[in-house]
Amino acid sequence: MSTASPALDHDHDHEHHGPARGLKRWLLTTNHKDIGTLYLLFSLAMFFVGGAMALVIRAELFQPGMQIVDPHFFNQMTTMHALIMVFGAVMPAFVGLANWLIPMMIGAPDMALPRMNNWSFWILPFAFTLLLSTLFIPGGGPAGGWTLYPPLVLQTGQAFPFVILAIHMMGVSSIMGAINVIATILNMRAPGMTLMKMPLFVWTWLITAFLLIAVMPVLAGAVTMLLTDKYFGTSFFNAAGGGDPVLFQHIFWFFGHPEVYIMILPAFGIISHIIPTFARKPLFGYASMVYATASIAFLSFIVWAHHMFTVGMPLAGILFFMYATMLIAVPTGVKVFNWVATMWRGSMTFETPMLFAIAFVILFTIGGFSGLMLSIAPADFQYHDTYFVVAHFHYVLVPGSVFSLMAAAYYWLPKWTGHMYNETLGKVHFWLSVIGVNILFFPQHFLGLAGMPRRIPDYALQFTQFNMISTVGAFIFGLSQLLFLYIVIQTIRGGAKATDQVWDGAKGLEWTLSSPPPYHTFTTAPEVK
Amino acid sequence: MAASHAHDASAFTTDHYYVPHQSYWPIIASIGLFTMMLGAANWLNGGGVILFWIGVALILITMFGWFSTVIHESENGMYSAQMDRSFRLGMVWFIFSEVMFFAVFFGALFYARMYSVPWLGGETDHGLLTHGLLWPHYEAAWPTGGPERIGGFFAPMGPWGLPAINTLILLSSGVTITWAHWGLIEGNRAALIKGLAATVALGVLFLSLQGYEYVHAYRDLHLTPQSGIYGSTFYMLTGFHGLHVTIGVIILLVILFRSIAGHFTPQRHFAFEAAAWYWHFVDVVWLGLFVFVYWL
Ligand code: HEM
Ligand SMILES: [Cu+2]
Repeated sequence: MSTASPALDHDHDHEHHGPARGLKRWLLTTNHKDIGTLYLLFSLAMFFVGGAMALVIRAELFQPGMQIVDPHFFNQMTTMHALIMVFGAVMPAFVGLANWLIPMMIGAPDMALPRMNNWSFWILPFAFTLLLSTLFIPGGGPAGGWTLYPPLVLQTGQAFPFVILAIHMMGVSSIMGAINVIATILNMRAPGMTLMKMPLFVWTWLITAFLLIAVMPVLAGAVTMLLTDKYFGTSFFNAAGGGDPVLFQHIFWFFGHPEVYIMILPAFGIISHIIPTFARKPLFGYASMVYATASIAFLSFIVWAHHMFTVGMPLAGILFFMYATMLIAVPTGVKVFNWVATMWRGSMTFETPMLFAIAFVILFTIGGFSGLMLSIAPADFQYHDTYFVVAHFHYVLVPGSVFSLMAAAYYWLPKWTGHMYNETLGKVHFWLSVIGVNILFFPQHFLGLAGMPRRIPDYALQFTQFNMISTVGAFIFGLSQLLFLYIVIQTIRGGAKATDQVWDGAKGLEWTLSSPPPYHTFTTAPEVK
Repeated sequence: MAASHAHDASAFTTDHYYVPHQSYWPIIASIGLFTMMLGAANWLNGGGVILFWIGVALILITMFGWFSTVIHESENGMYSAQMDRSFRLGMVWFIFSEVMFFAVFFGALFYARMYSVPWLGGETDHGLLTHGLLWPHYEAAWPTGGPERIGGFFAPMGPWGLPAINTLILLSSGVTITWAHWGLIEGNRAALIKGLAATVALGVLFLSLQGYEYVHAYRDLHLTPQSGIYGSTFYMLTGFHGLHVTIGVIILLVILFRSIAGHFTPQRHFAFEAAAWYWHFVDVVWLGLFVFVYWL
């Protein structure tokens, strides 16, 4: 830095300063750790908002008949719950982790485009203000399902432009976040950190970012056509004008299927960090993990119509999408095999992150298997739009994506805050969650197989028992997340001092930093051997 | 950032990765975007439009301020070669996202022409039900306003009039911007400025003709966005393309002023290149439009 100009020296001085004080620190920050924290806190807040809506749904479904809410409000709850969990809780949480961890894992001083990073985050609270405000306007929020199928969604009242424009804002935020991740990974790695030496969380995020940039604009295009169909008289999804409502489904799922991988690939990365740490063995099959991730990403672009088997498609199309979907099980299987092989004969200990990681492997695999059942077209004719589908995607998303996020929080929280969390409480949280989630979602498989349709506020009497069990599970799971909130706050405020290494088996550049790391890290790049 | 100082702008003056400390622009941009979206929603719901324009103004102010800051930093030699690569990656992937955005509307066009319209006309057993039950008299054709001729009768836009001229204009603008780039690399400022000015002029000419074409379409052809799936895809594709040409022209204008101010050197001119990439992207999209919207 000897060649630095006077202007730079001035700038350089600042680096030894800590963060600014007060609200301004958070509003104006360009620091990847601050922005990571903002993302994570925002996502936690949305997790509780979306969770409260889920509890409204489950409370209504406790018994047949209409008990608590009217059907229109019920539909608003299912729609908003999904939109908030997908775009407000799971996706921002992974972006928050990317912000905190990628620069520390690759030895970079910050994200590549720090000002844009701030913008990516601060769009989100505004977007969700727009979305949530629809609950309070005449006619209420969107109620046509998160998949926004026309013509139903075009019956939305005043909420309609709010929803569409909020989705546009979320898209802008995700695309900029993804561009930042790609630029950071491709351009900011410390000397010696070759691509095939990158930690798997970084690899999975690189591929996720590519998926995001490829499909968020597709969603934007789809909702733009909805908007013009409703307000400007276009006929994209109107058969009378030569269009086709099914066209929307194709475009939506061309976005939608890669989207589900956007929500699971970074989770794969997290699990690939945690299992080796607590098995005290290097990850089995690093290279095959990378290739499996890339293959899953590639395949995710050519399977979308497995969501549309019942809509009417040429036979060749059905067969193609059926076999392509089944093919995804192969790279997914490689991953599960590698995790198990990593644990094989490891000297394992079972701290909270590891418990969540092991539960992830088992329960995600159950979700994968039900996915495989759904991919069989003739079987899907029966399962489609039933609770079986609901059970499938909640197994991959809750004990899948969400458990990976919990695991990540417990695993890196000591690094971020400098304090150990309370291990006993963590374990209590884990067991309540894992028991709650299975009581909540396992019976939904049976409900679906028996024919209970999804997104309906009332049901036939024979479904009562499983619904009651499911609702009990929902409240166990939901309320135990308050314990998580308590543990996180407690850890931020104090607790036993964490060492730099935190976990004795942990490997990677982030563990070479102090706990908590200084405000600016790796301003001079470390050497990676 | 305070002190500006003499520097040799021909090469990167630092190997330090500049991380700005705090910035007001992103949060103003977020507020602007929110205001704009809220205003648009209000407008679409039949309310006033003022809020929308306030949002747009905020966004424009932000863009001006944000880019001024970045240009100022660049001119003060605060950016390294590594920084430059970040900007390049950012631009490349931004353009990729734009490609995917246009791909959706092309996809809708292909889907309508290859599937939905033939099916409505009764082709293959897939289409028989809708055709037989709802519109047995409809014969598939392209262009079409659909079985119910939504939007009334219209005439399609032929390719060999204005659109062909516009194709020539955009293709020539691709040449002029390359000429400007050569001028820049060879240190020939006159060629740089002339080439850029010509590109901007061609862009403006294109937009004017496009505007004229829209007037013609509305007045003489009765072709509107309501004209069934043909009108929908026509206006969606040409409209978004026109918007991108407008943005491109504004970017090129900024680059032109910066060239006149002497900002670029043969070694360092990322902003110029980014503008050129964007312009070529807009050009290529137009070729797709010409072939698939106007011609075939
Ligand atoms: C082994 C891999 C997987 C296979 C074979 C698979 C297969 C399927 C199929 C065929 C459906 C459509 C069911 C229907 O509507 O009839 C479906 C729905 C769904 N899947 Fe998966 N899936 C897999 C993994 C995942 C993952 C990893 C996620 C997310 C993390 C996911 C999330 C979803 C969601 C959200 C839906 C329902 C969307 C809706 O209709 O609202 N799936 N899956
Ligand atoms: Cu799918």
